[in-house]
Amino acid sequence: MDIHEYQAKALLSEFGMPIARGGIAYSPEQAAYRAKELGGDKWVVKAQIHSGARGKAGGIKICATENEVLEAANELLGRRLVTNQTGPQGKLVGRLYIEEATAIEREIYLAFVLDRDSERIMCVASAAGGMDIEEIAESQPDSIVRVPIEPAVGMQDFQAREIAFALGMDATQLAESVKALKACYRAFRDLDATMVEINPLVVTSDGRIIALDAKMGFDDNALFRRPQISELRDKSQEDPREMNAADRGLSYVGLDGNIGCIINGAGLAMATMDMIKHVGGEPANFLDIGGGASPERVAKAFNLVLSDEGVDAILVNIFAGINRCDWVAEGVIQAMQKLDVPVPVVVRLSGTNVELGRQILADSDIDLITADTLAQAAEKAVAAAGFHRSANAESRE
Amino acid sequence: MSIFLDETTPVIVQGYTGRIGSFHAQEMIDYGTNVVGGVTPGKGGERHLDRPVFNTVKDAVRDTGAEASVVFVPPPFAADAIMEAADAGIRFCVCVTDGIPAQDMMRVKRYMRRYKREERMTLTGPNCAGTISPGKAMMGIMPGHIYMPGNVGLIGRSGTLGYEAASQMKAMGIGISTGVGIGGDPINGSSFLDHLERFEQDPETHLVVMIGEIGGPQEARAAAYVRDHMKKPVLAYIAGLTAPKGRTMGHAGAIVTSVGESAAEKVEILREAGVGIIVRPSEFGNAVAEALTKL
Repeated sequence: MDIHEYQAKALLSEFGMPIARGGIAYSPEQAAYRAKELGGDKWVVKAQIHSGARGKAGGIKICATENEVLEAANELLGRRLVTNQTGPQGKLVGRLYIEEATAIEREIYLAFVLDRDSERIMCVASAAGGMDIEEIAESQPDSIVRVPIEPAVGMQDFQAREIAFALGMDATQLAESVKALKACYRAFRDLDATMVEINPLVVTSDGRIIALDAKMGFDDNALFRRPQISELRDKSQEDPREMNAADRGLSYVGLDGNIGCIINGAGLAMATMDMIKHVGGEPANFLDIGGGASPERVAKAFNLVLSDEGVDAILVNIFAGINRCDWVAEGVIQAMQKLDVPVPVVVRLSGTNVELGRQILADSDIDLITADTLAQAAEKAVAAAGFHRSANAESRE
Repeated sequence: MSIFLDETTPVIVQGYTGRIGSFHAQEMIDYGTNVVGGVTPGKGGERHLDRPVFNTVKDAVRDTGAEASVVFVPPPFAADAIMEAADAGIRFCVCVTDGIPAQDMMRVKRYMRRYKREERMTLTGPNCAGTISPGKAMMGIMPGHIYMPGNVGLIGRSGTLGYEAASQMKAMGIGISTGVGIGGDPINGSSFLDHLERFEQDPETHLVVMIGEIGGPQEARAAAYVRDHMKKPVLAYIAGLTAPKGRTMGHAGAIVTSVGESAAEKVEILREAGVGIIVRPSEFGNAVAEALTKL
């Protein structure tokens, strides 16, 4: 789960990370009021969306008067901001963060990640801040320091000092740097984060250290014990179909192709999508309906896949292990009887009682295409999708 | 011989009396697994599925001589159950539970390092389908009848894709020595590498098939091991060619976040290390059959 910049800053600040003063606004009037409240003569109006690279997309505006703040807010609120991470549909700006402007001396990259190689939380930092980590890795790989943290004892002062010196901090900034680094680590550990990224962490012209941006992601599997994090969820930032799927216990990822996929198991789902690609098609989605494949789940899956208007055919590929193909076949038929599916459906079953399952599909009066092997299923789905698309185009002419 | 598990291995079930634990314990017993009892804290002294229930894993090990354990404990308590098994002297543990917090697994891995390598429990999973030595015994949730006994070692992150591979092989008369599910989580108890070592030493295994997917460094580590240490041929399929970067594909661990984690990159790394690549997931059976004729 991701949260907004202002939420991440509030959390990190509780652990001792210094941040600039700021406030949240849902309307232009609130934004102007926030600026007045903060005082000073320069403010930054920042669109709050779940994406990086907001600056390049016009989501961050520097203002010198309260009126400019009002105008900037007016322009940003309600707009869909498209960054290189959001996809072409962009993300809705529903709230703004108004922050006092900071005079920057230099920018630093700081992150904590869950490192799968060392199986530890790892600090990744670079004195070459102001760009994303891929760019740093490309242009100045030697500037990156990586320090894994021993989980039994946590981050030690000497580790924080080593990182601070590698980032070019001087003696006067040392104590503050150590405090900031350890704050970040503790927030990561105590809140079950999967990622904390502060890009940039800045040294101000008067020598202070401030987190100027902040991004945090959290472990979905740990949310049961972090209700304060669950509360920060902003559903307006999520894909409605994926959210809908998650609420029904299904795992869905929308893609650009035209062959809808209904599969049990994540690995088999990815493999089936790969198979579609190998025979010249493009999958419209990833969808894992889980091990059970009950009629209810299959019906929900059809609804979900059909909510994507770009779907020209559906491929159902179920491996019945603990359950049985005859039972899955009946589930598919029941679901299709109720739904009136407007595109061709290819069904491939395998596993327990496969012969019986295939017989049930063959005997039913539901219009569906059966396949015996994975390759055959993908080929038939691609062919059916092509046929459906051209038939549709003709009927429109 | 098979690795980890045969019909004589005494197995206990943690989370034994729960709905899911009971169902799969019965399936395991029916397949021929030597299930000697189970653990549910607070239900010690009762009998379930005609076997004794214990309060602690230590009690179970003392009274039954259990060497292996399968964990069906819910996610908030599963890490604790794994550490209890490790501390009680269990040698081989399968954790089926899906949804364990990543930092809990980090602590489990750290905790297990307190034992010397030769005494350390081997953990497979979490979020895995289990381990099967076909015709002998099964620990987990696998449908035993789709596996045929034979000489191919199978290691995979995914459950149903592993079943797909096993049934394609069975349809061509190819059997499996042991099939190991290592699970779809970001931090696994054991990796491809750990099991490749075992299969390399197992005289009954002549060839190994790896089923990997996007995300994480473990396929690349396995590739280096195959290149430097394996004499037996290894074939691999990597799922997720069409997976977009930065998106979680069902498994918590199936996400491309850094260089080298995409399917295309992993395939290249494995190919360079001399691993035979199974390009299409419809070709498990054919590819293994062809590789076996060259032995």
